[in-house]
Amino acid sequence: MKQFDELSLLEIVDEVKDGDLIGIPADYSGVPMEFTKELIKKGVKDLKLYCLPLTTIQGDMLIGSGCVSEVEAAAVTLGEFGLAPRFSEAVESGKIIIKDSTCPALHAQLQATEKSVPFMPLRGVIGSDIQKYRKDWQVIENPMKFSGNKNEPILLLPAVQLDILIFHAPCVDKNGNIQIGRRRELATLAHASKKVFVTTEQILDIDFFDNELSAATCLPALYVDGISVVENGAWPCALPGVYGQDNDEIKKYSIAAKTQKGFEEYMQNYLFN
Amino acid sequence: MIELKREELLISELADLLVNDKHIAVGAASPIPGAAALLAKEEAKLQNNRIRVTILHSNKYNNFTDGARELFDCAAQGRIDTFFLGGVQIDGEANINLVGTGSYTKIQKRFPGSFGSALMYFVVPQIILFREEHSPRTLVDKVDFISAPGFSDENIYRPGGPKFLLTNRALFKFNKQKKRFCLLKIHNNESLENIIKLTGFKFDVDDKITNMSIPNKTRIDILRNKISYMVSEFYPEFADRIWGV
Repeated sequence: MKQFDELSLLEIVDEVKDGDLIGIPADYSGVPMEFTKELIKKGVKDLKLYCLPLTTIQGDMLIGSGCVSEVEAAAVTLGEFGLAPRFSEAVESGKIIIKDSTCPALHAQLQATEKSVPFMPLRGVIGSDIQKYRKDWQVIENPMKFSGNKNEPILLLPAVQLDILIFHAPCVDKNGNIQIGRRRELATLAHASKKVFVTTEQILDIDFFDNELSAATCLPALYVDGISVVENGAWPCALPGVYGQDNDEIKKYSIAAKTQKGFEEYMQNYLFN
Repeated sequence: MIELKREELLISELADLLVNDKHIAVGAASPIPGAAALLAKEEAKLQNNRIRVTILHSNKYNNFTDGARELFDCAAQGRIDTFFLGGVQIDGEANINLVGTGSYTKIQKRFPGSFGSALMYFVVPQIILFREEHSPRTLVDKVDFISAPGFSDENIYRPGGPKFLLTNRALFKFNKQKKRFCLLKIHNNESLENIIKLTGFKFDVDDKITNMSIPNKTRIDILRNKISYMVSEFYPEFADRIWGV
């Protein structure tokens, strides 16, 4: 029996339900842009984006298309190409809720779920306005007698479990193991998600576990619910080790998306041509 | 005399602040700090010293293999000596704001967000604040939102914090006891009067205030002939604009 489920892209899209808390990989970890296109076409609503720890064009497009009600992130940005225009506009006009966070907190909340513990402590953050506005975070005094500093206030973050995660990977082996290279945050995301789907450039007729190097850089198939081959699936974002970001296209988007009208014209072309 | 770009002068100023480091990390959207860290590393090699540099934006000049969280774990362990932070606004007590202007619940202009600043500012011994634009809208009396505070109560774990602030016009040192910046150097085309006018917060002025240091020919050669090509791997647009490589 085949050791994994090979799905069509639309079958993966159908796994995403309105209102889901969805894991969003950073621009350096394999952004599933072809999947995102289909998700927008389907008209999914009320998504809650959990960005690890940031999102770029993927999040901005989903927000501009009206698919999102809430974003938890350390940043939403187009990097060298400036602010994420649909995100900024949506926050300024109160269309979406932004749960401002900081990178290590976003990692730690998923790490709590990885370990199946209810919370994770983190140093720093105390005294910031990030902490002030996060009513789901708590500060306690360090309860340990022989570890850390006595009476030290320390931040506790709740465990977060994602409903679903989709990311794009360079390749998959014949048993459904996913090559993630050094992008280990994808493993953290997968461990903390109820369902995981992967789009990939190709499926190889080899076993990553035959070789120490490839075994150490893969996400085992046991965390993955389905795989779809989608060539060039991260474009115009980069796929680490395979292709770079299409700077011209991101620049084009950054200019068009400055207004909702320009955004809609861009998307019409992006989605259907 | 060699014609020098403003960016090269800033890279050189930053490199001077890195000579005692063992490990320098550079975060998002930071071509000038990235170039400065690599310059400090190359110069250390010539002195038979070793500086490690981690540029998060780069695949090649990046020491991490354990995912995006490793930067924060590594910093919390005390293994990073210098990191750079910026800000939409920076105030006179070194609070930084990367979130936006106006009141938070009714934000006027939204910026990307706080990134990792709320931990890095606490745990990295030398944080260098770097913001090219030096104006009353970036250097303010009080930030609208505190992404990370400039100082903390005594009982908070905080081995790290702000040490310097560099803009395209001036270099300040932060005095932790006084919670106040002190002006150390100004750009050669600047006057103290103009710096006071363009700075939204009150600051002290060092008795020995000088102009920014002009890098010597050896440093300029390393920067232009070696560092420029390294930078082009991770900030191609910047390297092309400054050095045409």
